[in-house]
Amino acid sequence: MIQLIAFYLFAFLVIASAAMVVFARNPVHSVMWLILAFFNAAGLMLLAGAEFIAMLLVIVYVGAVAVLFLFVVMMLDIDFAELRAGFVRYLPLGALVAIILAAELVFALGAWSAGGIDLAARAAPAVADKSNIQQIGELLYTRYIFLFEAAGIVLLVAMIGAIALTHRQRGGTRSQKIAAQNRRRPDEATRLVDPGVGQGMEL
Amino acid sequence: MTAFFQSLGMSYEWAWGVATVCGILLIALPLMLAVAMIIYADRKIWAAMALRRGPNVVGPFGLLQSFADGLKVFLQETIIPSSANRGLFLIAPIITFTVALMAWAVIPFNSGAVLADINVGLLYILAVSSLGVYGVILSGWSSNSKYPFFSAMRASAQMISYEVSIGFILIGVVLFADSFNLNEIVKAQLGHGLGLVNAFGFNLLLFPLAVLFFISSLAETARTPFDLTEAESELVAGYQTEYSSMSFALFWLGEYANVLLMCTLNAVLFWGGWLPPLDWAPLYAVPGIIWLFAKILFFFFVFSWVKATVPRYRYDQLMRLGWKVFLPISLIWVFLVSGYLMLTRYS
Repeated sequence: MIQLIAFYLFAFLVIASAAMVVFARNPVHSVMWLILAFFNAAGLMLLAGAEFIAMLLVIVYVGAVAVLFLFVVMMLDIDFAELRAGFVRYLPLGALVAIILAAELVFALGAWSAGGIDLAARAAPAVADKSNIQQIGELLYTRYIFLFEAAGIVLLVAMIGAIALTHRQRGGTRSQKIAAQNRRRPDEATRLVDPGVGQGMEL
Repeated sequence: MTAFFQSLGMSYEWAWGVATVCGILLIALPLMLAVAMIIYADRKIWAAMALRRGPNVVGPFGLLQSFADGLKVFLQETIIPSSANRGLFLIAPIITFTVALMAWAVIPFNSGAVLADINVGLLYILAVSSLGVYGVILSGWSSNSKYPFFSAMRASAQMISYEVSIGFILIGVVLFADSFNLNEIVKAQLGHGLGLVNAFGFNLLLFPLAVLFFISSLAETARTPFDLTEAESELVAGYQTEYSSMSFALFWLGEYANVLLMCTLNAVLFWGGWLPPLDWAPLYAVPGIIWLFAKILFFFFVFSWVKATVPRYRYDQLMRLGWKVFLPISLIWVFLVSGYLMLTRYS
């Protein structure tokens, strides 16, 4: 009973907040609704018994991606009138995307009602007496080890690429030399002088 | 507790519901009281180290100071700046406060005395603490004011940076404990050091991690020396500049509840939680909850001590410490710990 209530609550909130992401006028409000949607999706994962995935969803999406997204949204100078002005111009493209999505939805529903492909036999069977984390870990590090490492390498390449693209040495900047700062002692950093009247100071 | 309510003649669903609500109240109410007293203790310790008297007017030894402050704040008018984003402005302190309470659900107070005994407890705490940053960001953005916005930017960057190294530090603990469940982590520390001491912190391999975690928890809760979000000489009062009355009080309570949470995590993850420090039979006569509270209060004292004595970091120093010092060290330690365990436990 309580699972049913929780399921409908989470499911309703996911859909409602996903709709609000699109309908909210203020982009920051959209991000907030998006975070609520992620959070409720994590709730649905919990109900499905995948507590590890649920926590990862919150940590990765809510914690990291959404924070970065918020940074971008808040740092950009967004003119709301200008955003709405492009409505007619982008209408054909938007309509096209909407039609494609709707067609896919109908297609998926049709395929589902025709009976699914027997994928369950190909996936590794779930072991009931082990915790979520152990099951995922054993699969990732034995059966899917090469895919897992490939994913890691792709991420590494992406990271190096991002650094290589954005990191450039600008001339004329002074950077911190932490070791030199730590070596500094008061007697070499300060000087006691006694200038005469009207002579000024040499710095 | 569910069994107790069932014995009163309730059905299982009702007994479970009532027991959960009771459990939440049993944690939240003492926590609020503890937060009030810990604010008083913080001010007293800080005053004593600065050779001042601290709060000493309201009640004996000024013990009721926090309650007087609370009453004062409660009776003030809530001011909302006219150009603020109203909804987010009001939601932000509520988020901060709620998130600060949420994490306590998985903290074990004694063997089995835990509200939600889930097997991803540590991940849950990481998830909840990553939510905590939204209260700060939202308050800074919705105030529509320069200094709160600067503070929100600093706070979010700071918390994200240190969460990364905290995550790697926790991997070391999880590897040793072989579990994400906080109660299991405490139990794994039983007789950890040669069967004599009950704490990961006494393990020479894990002690550096304990130190790193303590410093990271100072940064995560934005306490001195990392309190750049509230640097009063630069940012007035930080992200809460525009707040007044109860909305300010919620930030205040949430912040100290977070400090207590971090002290508790230090105690639970590295210093044995509700276990006595030595594995010696007479020490087990003292209830576990008292050992836990003693450890929490000790760490809170160290937090206050640091606040009273250490000068504030510069922002670039803070970032350097997080990304160039803590992150590499904690990464290396992940390799060291897993290598050690491969050699000893799993070979």
